[in-house]
Amino acid sequence: MKTLTDAWDWLADSAHWAGDDGIWHRLTQHLVLTVVCLLISCLIALPVALVLGHLGKGGALAVNISNVGRAVPTFAVLVLLLLTPLGKWGEGPTVVALVLFAVPPLLTNAYVGMRGVDRGVVQAARGMGMTGRQMLWRVEAPLALPLIMSGVRIAAVQLVATATIAALAGGGGLGRIITAGFNLASTPQVVAGAVLVAVFALLVEGVFEAAERLAPGWARKAGKG
Amino acid sequence: MTAPPDDCLARNEWICGEYLSTRREILVDAVLQHLELTALSVLIALVIALPLAVLARRWGLAAGPVLALTTVLYTIPSLAMFSLLLPVYGLSSTLVVAGLVLYSLTLLVRNILAGLRAVPEETRQAARGMGYGPIRLLLTVELPLALPAAMAGLRIATVSAVSLATVGAIVGFGGLGNLIYAGMNTYFKAQVLTASVLCVIIAVLADLLLLGVQRLLTPWTRAARG
Repeated sequence: MKTLTDAWDWLADSAHWAGDDGIWHRLTQHLVLTVVCLLISCLIALPVALVLGHLGKGGALAVNISNVGRAVPTFAVLVLLLLTPLGKWGEGPTVVALVLFAVPPLLTNAYVGMRGVDRGVVQAARGMGMTGRQMLWRVEAPLALPLIMSGVRIAAVQLVATATIAALAGGGGLGRIITAGFNLASTPQVVAGAVLVAVFALLVEGVFEAAERLAPGWARKAGKG
Repeated sequence: MTAPPDDCLARNEWICGEYLSTRREILVDAVLQHLELTALSVLIALVIALPLAVLARRWGLAAGPVLALTTVLYTIPSLAMFSLLLPVYGLSSTLVVAGLVLYSLTLLVRNILAGLRAVPEETRQAARGMGYGPIRLLLTVELPLALPAAMAGLRIATVSAVSLATVGAIVGFGGLGNLIYAGMNTYFKAQVLTASVLCVIIAVLADLLLLGVQRLLTPWTRAARG
């Protein structure tokens, strides 16, 4: 209990919120890293997954890439990138590592969603004279939306976690408060930083949960409501 | 004065045979610590997850809170999880094991519960009609049928634990993660690459081992396919 009140005192100290090592700055860094990398990952993964899913090709790759992503330690990739020439580019290694770990869940979920669309519906669309492009945009993509969004959600949570570990390899973000706490041997600061990261991660998850609840019925996951 | 040795260690190359032969002991120790952390945490998680999943299946009211709690635990980033446990366990290997248990728990509970829920109602009614009591039904019908889903969860949990254990380097108990962390601070390329590759090899081998166990435990799934 003592540690919790100490951590609270640490958070309540306004000096810890200001400046380059302050909470506000680290929070903004974390948010920007997460949002920017989520956008980059979506731009890379979703077109590929939608096209592959539409054509029904490359399934083994799209599904297995998630398993490969899980087996490779985030921390190892961060450090490996840091030691390459890329390491000189400030947040470069962090951004690359974040994108690398956000792409697999996006790819797998979007692909599975596209292939999961009722074949009868797709054939009906074809029978109505839709072109491949029209089928992709007006039939398959909307019906695959729940799974695509669940991929985006998993990727976002993964991004928040990876951005935290990036602090171990010198990257910015809320994780820096934790690593700085370890260096100062200050348990209150470590715990306070951890609480901030946990709350941030849960908020991100909460935003997606709320978006899913507010979405129209057809865009929700089947069997959940 | 002797000239400095001109080997791959001195040139700080990524791939270095000298490193493997001169640091064999350090590598073996790190691998053993890594295996110990992973195996211990997955086993503890399995022992806790099984009753939780059975409870959630039997007593519908418990399912909601159990799943919500495990989702919250899984959302918390690993570095924060280890840090939150710091006041409880201090700088120890117990801290890393506890953190890994919490993650594995989530994956195992979800998968075992999904497996139990997927047992067809007809099958259970047939077992009941043959005079099976609730315990016998659970042990001889429901759990074996839930085994493929449970094993899938166990494989994911194990692979994730191998990868997440590296973050334990923050408290000095990360197995191969320690070597990666130290290698980062000293810019030692061969050490970082070797430790990273070993991590992936351990994860793949553990996955294959569990796949083999799954095949042995569920011979009926193969018979149905063949």
